[in-house]
Amino acid sequence: MPPASSRARPPVLREGMRVLWVAVRAEPRAFTVSVLASALYAAMTVTTAQVLGWATEEVVLPAFRSGHTTAGALAGAATAIVGVAALKALGVAGRRFYAGLVQYRMQASYRRAVTRQYLRLPLAWHHRHPTGQLLSNANADVEATWAPLAPLPMAVGVVFMLLIAAASIIATDLAVAAVAFLIFPAIALVNVAYQRRLSPVATRAQRLRAEVSEVAHESFEGGLVVKTLGREQDETERFRARAEELRDANVAVGRIRGMFDPVLEALPNLGVLAVLLIGSMRLDSGAMTAGDLVHVSYLFTLLAWPIRALGWVLAEVPRSVVGWERVRGVLDASGSLPFGDAALGEDKAAALEVRGVRFAFEGAAEGGGGGREVLHDVSFSAAPGRTVAVVGPTGSGKSTLTSLLVRLVDPADGSVLLDGVDLRDVRRGGVAASAALVPQQTFLFDDTVRGNVTLGLDVPDERVWEALRLAQADGFVAGLPGGLDTQVGERGATLSGGQRQRLALARALVRRPRLLVLDDATSSVDPQVEARILRGLREAQSAGDGSGVTVVVVAYRKATIGLADEVVYLERGRVTARGAHAELLETSEGYRDLVNAYERAEAEQEAGQEAGQEIERGAAGGGEEAVA
Amino acid sequence: MTTLSGTSTTEGALSTLRRGLALSPEFRAGLPVTLALALASTAGRVVVPIAVQQTIDKGLDRAGGPDLPFIRTAVLLCAVAVLLTALCAYAMNVRLYKSSEGGLASLRVKAFRHVHDLSMLTQSGERRGALVSRVTGDVDQISNFMQSGGLMFIVSIGQLVVASVLMLVYSWQLALLVWVAFVPLAFVLRRFQRIVSAAYTRVRERMGDLLAAVSESVVGAPVIRAYAAEERTGRRVDETVDTHRRMQTRAQAMVALTFPVSELVAALATAAVVVAGVLLGVGGHLTAGELVAFLFLVTLFVSPMQTATEVLNEAQNAIAGWRRVLGVLDTVPDVADPGEGGESLPRGPIEVRFDSVGFAYPGGPPVLHDVDVTIAPRSRVAIVGQTGSGKTTFAKLLTRLMDPASGRVLVDGVPLDRVRFSSLRERVVMVPQDGFLFDASLADNIRYGRPDASDGDLAAALAELGLADWLEGLPDGLATPVGQRGESLSAGERQLVALARAYVAGPDLLVLDEATSAVDPATEVRIQRALDGVTRGRTAISIAHRLSTAEAADEVIVFDAGRIVQRGPHAELVAEPGVYADLYASWTAQRGI
Repeated sequence: MPPASSRARPPVLREGMRVLWVAVRAEPRAFTVSVLASALYAAMTVTTAQVLGWATEEVVLPAFRSGHTTAGALAGAATAIVGVAALKALGVAGRRFYAGLVQYRMQASYRRAVTRQYLRLPLAWHHRHPTGQLLSNANADVEATWAPLAPLPMAVGVVFMLLIAAASIIATDLAVAAVAFLIFPAIALVNVAYQRRLSPVATRAQRLRAEVSEVAHESFEGGLVVKTLGREQDETERFRARAEELRDANVAVGRIRGMFDPVLEALPNLGVLAVLLIGSMRLDSGAMTAGDLVHVSYLFTLLAWPIRALGWVLAEVPRSVVGWERVRGVLDASGSLPFGDAALGEDKAAALEVRGVRFAFEGAAEGGGGGREVLHDVSFSAAPGRTVAVVGPTGSGKSTLTSLLVRLVDPADGSVLLDGVDLRDVRRGGVAASAALVPQQTFLFDDTVRGNVTLGLDVPDERVWEALRLAQADGFVAGLPGGLDTQVGERGATLSGGQRQRLALARALVRRPRLLVLDDATSSVDPQVEARILRGLREAQSAGDGSGVTVVVVAYRKATIGLADEVVYLERGRVTARGAHAELLETSEGYRDLVNAYERAEAEQEAGQEAGQEIERGAAGGGEEAVA
Repeated sequence: MTTLSGTSTTEGALSTLRRGLALSPEFRAGLPVTLALALASTAGRVVVPIAVQQTIDKGLDRAGGPDLPFIRTAVLLCAVAVLLTALCAYAMNVRLYKSSEGGLASLRVKAFRHVHDLSMLTQSGERRGALVSRVTGDVDQISNFMQSGGLMFIVSIGQLVVASVLMLVYSWQLALLVWVAFVPLAFVLRRFQRIVSAAYTRVRERMGDLLAAVSESVVGAPVIRAYAAEERTGRRVDETVDTHRRMQTRAQAMVALTFPVSELVAALATAAVVVAGVLLGVGGHLTAGELVAFLFLVTLFVSPMQTATEVLNEAQNAIAGWRRVLGVLDTVPDVADPGEGGESLPRGPIEVRFDSVGFAYPGGPPVLHDVDVTIAPRSRVAIVGQTGSGKTTFAKLLTRLMDPASGRVLVDGVPLDRVRFSSLRERVVMVPQDGFLFDASLADNIRYGRPDASDGDLAAALAELGLADWLEGLPDGLATPVGQRGESLSAGERQLVALARAYVAGPDLLVLDEATSAVDPATEVRIQRALDGVTRGRTAISIAHRLSTAEAADEVIVFDAGRIVQRGPHAELVAEPGVYADLYASWTAQRGI
């Protein structure tokens, strides 16, 4: 959003009106009611001044001049004043309520639409957009888009109000009308100048608020690191720099407000004074009455405030347009994961085939250059009911591979087939019904244990318990205060890492998947418990009822690898070796190094200790060679 | 749980205000002048009624037509008054913004620093994001109030006072009448405000639910895809969005009611003024100009009433926010830096001694009992035990992230709580299991351990740790951005960075809390070996879940149920029956095929 220049203004305004028109079309009835109510309010505001002018001329002044009055005249004046106010009150209440209604309905419906779109868009799209941005699209941007809706009916009413006020003043006296035609456009112009000066500065302050919040968020989230490295003071300075920038921006906003608000208040007052002066002269010539003078002065006083509503709408428009562009950016995002209409089998273990798969992360939205190619020409297969272990050093692309197997993302080249069907041809929901991934990082919903395991799947509690048992989670779940109904809290905050992993495992198992993909899914679980889990899986896999499961497991532990019929060894995104564990030990040096690392270390340790002792006995300082 | 100070949540608004103002002197700087300017500027609001009254009474109410010279002078004087008061308003506004924003900025920074000074337990006892709100949303709320509501509040009060004074000058009877109409309204509005405020609280609560639901659908995207839970998640979002909208509408209905009420009261007051004024005027107690001036003065009562609910709401939120910020500042850090009075440790290998140390988390059962152990300088020690046996607690006490409930921890013979943080954090560094990375480059993250390290130093450090190959494989080397929380790297890679970060800090005692749990075995062994080399001459303590670390250590300390049950070199421990032999058996079983 460039700072509002005089040239940029018309398109922004036009765009803004287009955005608001979307809302008018979506909520025609509520919007109409609010505008009608606003018009009623406007008309009654002008009428109030007329009534007071009339009361002054017909009731007050005659009484003061003659020294007596009638009950009838007084009652008439009072009734007129209160009656007009009652209508005005009706107008203001209706306007505010229905304006709010339109705004809230639009916000709600776009919040829903944006979030639904998030749920629809493929994961690859999510990878390209930072989490914070997506959250603000669904919240702050939607809010900004529809923010002008609240003052909009008022502004429409004000235009109407100005028209009748102008007519009413012209009808009273042309000379006084000239003052009005000078003052009101002046107020409107000052207002526009005000909002134009304010909006870039206010936007900057808003952005700085977000930045201050980001720094605080990151700094507190990394609190342990800050503490253990003693960097509190440096963090405070980093925060102070942002906080002071925000302070200066807020003061800049204040300066603009502080200047324009008094000007906007002084203008109608100066207008009233001018009316008094000119009106008195006109009075002298008999063109006006004292009642007219009161009427016009009072009208100026009443109009001074509502006329600012025009400014409020204008102030919100640039932010609204930016918000709308961002929201549309999400709603118009294409690249939804296309689905085919092929169905997968239902009850026997799946056959998995990975053919020549290549994958690269697309560069993030801002900078970063090209993506990092993570997988190159990866091929392997798993026969129904078999277990394949994926082994490889840190950062070799194992997790990415697992996300391809359940079609969280599509490969750039090559294909993943289940029962001979390319995953891209499977109908919506088909892959999830057949294959389950337990990711390395557990995500739990702020829901009950049951809700987290079933995720809406309609299964009896016995099956939930069965899955928990298999995941070795039945023990601790039974010990929870509410059992299956226990709330696990935001992101499972009340559970330990190992407990969360076991719930995530149960979530996969309760679906009785035909392909189970485990991505280092038991890393936080005690080795003994893990061994029990793996034994259970092994038994379930070879269950005699024919409902077996094909398993792909990412692992380092030999016991886990030991369960596999075949091992796929990945190195820097390539399959460098495939085969049985024993075979790979023979043929692949990298694999051998990796899985035998501990034994080798142990052997060298023993050798090293002896050597080390010798060296210590000899010369000092040779320790490093000794262990190297 | 150790939580933030709760005593201040019940204190009165005035006391909060007083303490808050006292805390940041910027707030009070030049306050008398600002208030004087405020009073002068509100006087501008009665210029028009005075002009109207003067014109009608002195200018028009004359036998031979209007007294134009008088009116001209009066209008001119009034115009000067309007301009002067506008100038005062400008000066007041700027002064107020400057002092309030200055005060708030320093409050923000103070609170931020204080959060970092709070102990790890206090920090983690707070809900995610709550501490962030203390230095962002809560302070912003005060700022919002200062910028609009607070200003309106000052102006409204001034306006009511000045208008009332003028009314009394014109006619005490009519002034009384106006007061009688508006005072009950003020009470009604105060009640109203409570209802509205409660309604807004519900809106905010539902907003929290809404944000949580939206955030789940973004953060949980992989799981939602993998389990086809889109529809279910979508329904939840819809529900929270609609509940939030209903609450908003309900609150809006309440607010929409306050406006017509004050319009009607104002009309009643106006009608009463006209009727009573005429009757008074007929009796000769009031002039026509004064009566008309009253009509203008009544309008000055309407806007404070109309904005009262909003201003009071904002004020309430601001006070509540301020109270929460003060609550943070009131919380005494339970693990405090002895500061200047503390001792500074000379550099060199560190000896650690635990002197009958016991620990329990607040409100929980004891997790460590009577731990007595001495770790010799230059030794490499492995801590092993089952999950929940007290290993991590031991490490946290050792690095003074927490203080023991009983007993003492000593480094080089000095009680840990006597050691200055600046000295302690330089010499003792822990690498936690989940090493948090900042959204910056790889180099910046490693340099976090030693700000003056050059890129060459960093590359050299990685090479010393045996990570040169890994660094080479990264697309942009040290300049590679790690993403938010380091999420562009794999879990194992993040641990490598965290380790390197601690290593460049060059501590004399390095504590590793399962710092390589997500790293592949070959890399782990390589790092372990590299560490053995580079930590020679320093003290190193590793909490290990892979017993390979224990095999390489000089000494193994075995924890079971909060006690040290065995200690000695691996070779000895594995030979005798006990907890360690059992752990080792299950470890080797895991490794076998």
